[in-house]
Amino acid sequence: MESLTFNIDNGYLEGLVRGFKCGILKRDDYTNLVQCETLEDLKLHLQSTDYSNFLANEPSPLQVSTIDDKLKEKMVIEFQHMRNHAVEPLSTFLDYITYSYMIDNIILLITGTLHQRSISELITKCHPLGSFEQMEAIHVASTPAELYNAVLVDTPLAPYFIDCISEQDLDEMNIEIIRNTLYKAYIEDFYKFCEETGGATADVMCEALSFEADRRAFIITINSFGTELTKDDRAKLYPRCGRLHPDGLAALARADDYEQVRAVSEYYAEYKLLFEGSGTNPGEKTLEDKFFEYEVKLMVNGFMQQFHYGVFYAYVKLKEQECRNIIWIAECVAQQHRTKIDSYIPIF
Amino acid sequence: MGYLAYYSGTSVVLSVLTLVGLYYLLTDQGYRVDFGWFLEETSPYMWAYIGCSMAIALSVIGAAWGILVTGTSILGGGVQAPRIKTKNLVSIIFCEAVAIYGIILAIVMSNIVQKYPSDADDDVIAANYAAGYKLFGAGLTVGFSNLFSGLAVGVVGSGAALADAANPRLFVKILIVEIFASAIGLFGVIVGILQVSNAKMGEAAGAN
Repeated sequence: MESLTFNIDNGYLEGLVRGFKCGILKRDDYTNLVQCETLEDLKLHLQSTDYSNFLANEPSPLQVSTIDDKLKEKMVIEFQHMRNHAVEPLSTFLDYITYSYMIDNIILLITGTLHQRSISELITKCHPLGSFEQMEAIHVASTPAELYNAVLVDTPLAPYFIDCISEQDLDEMNIEIIRNTLYKAYIEDFYKFCEETGGATADVMCEALSFEADRRAFIITINSFGTELTKDDRAKLYPRCGRLHPDGLAALARADDYEQVRAVSEYYAEYKLLFEGSGTNPGEKTLEDKFFEYEVKLMVNGFMQQFHYGVFYAYVKLKEQECRNIIWIAECVAQQHRTKIDSYIPIF
Repeated sequence: MGYLAYYSGTSVVLSVLTLVGLYYLLTDQGYRVDFGWFLEETSPYMWAYIGCSMAIALSVIGAAWGILVTGTSILGGGVQAPRIKTKNLVSIIFCEAVAIYGIILAIVMSNIVQKYPSDADDDVIAANYAAGYKLFGAGLTVGFSNLFSGLAVGVVGSGAALADAANPRLFVKILIVEIFASAIGLFGVIVGILQVSNAKMGEAAGAN
């Protein structure tokens, strides 16, 4: 009966987000972009898409980082518009989407403070979707406990810090552990929220989030080979809301090299396909690219159902992928290095 | 939580009814549960006007619900694709038609209701009672079929608006689905008209 009551509060926003989704670049647009010779050409081609004149006021010569900032700014304006119009429970859902950006911002600020960068410089590098009021105050803390008590207890991320304020002090290794512990708590919380919402939202979101959890588990495992991270510590970072829980995660915790990770993926049909097609030889896609492709497929499928919140999450993820694609093409064009210019991931 | 309230409520109601029924049965007072007495004592005017109100009220609920579901999608989709605004008003008109069916039947039914003297012949009284039940039945028929027709047209219209915003060629195809959804409301009206066609109230009701 969701179809009868969804539109009362969320009908306008769903129509709006589907309108935005129709503006996502298609294959033809990408073909045009790939043929550009300079960044000015790129700007010209983007003018005929949904982006219209977003680069109009930028001084030439155009930089790739400017394009990146402006692309993100457009997505953030659209998201903030929707967030301002949303009521419960959609507003909570949209807030959950911003928490992952908030986690990245906090880690960025802590790392920057450790390296004695100035706070104003760091704030400009933060992702605008993840901004919160106490961002400027992060530099006063030197241990996680102080950080928590002074700054983070007022943010929406406070409950996620329970697991990691026992860390002794903030150094390079511990920052990554903090990031992954926060993310694990966040994604399990988000998963529980989507499950409780039920209906088509649970269908779409639980699949998307369980893939995200499994992807984090694989990436953490692969990145931890050759570092000082012990297997027990590594096992504590795996989010438990994916398909890999509990057997796959236990097997991943024991893995020592890439081949063993690949062996774990053999037990899961979707992941087996992703690992099979990937490799580090030229002409093959990397594992990260295969993960991105799979995520894009899941997000496009999310638009096939009506009357659920998953379309908002899918829209954010697809816009992010579009940003990555355009920046990849822009970098190839700017550096005149066109051999791998076709390795963007087409969305529609 | 919702399930707990639902199941406990239903079981309380059912057990009360069972206990009351068993009490009457076992104390040899079964004759006091008398449906015939109930039907004779209630006035046919009550049945007729309940039918009349159900016809218009449920139809309007269906139309309103359908318009709300479709309208919000048209508003949302129309931001990025303004061309859908005028074409998709057709969905709203289909929802509105459902309310019009309801009001037609309600007017027809309320015109049938007449006064009758309480000391009239038996067949006049019988005809008036029959008319009351017919109007009640017709009201429920029209009311509920228009309610669900309005809901169906609304949900399909919402999909039509969003599909039209994405790809203009889809609109006419989805309109066909809406026409079928609207047709079921029409079936309700036809059956309702048949039901009230020979309902007569008043002094001359018994004359055939």
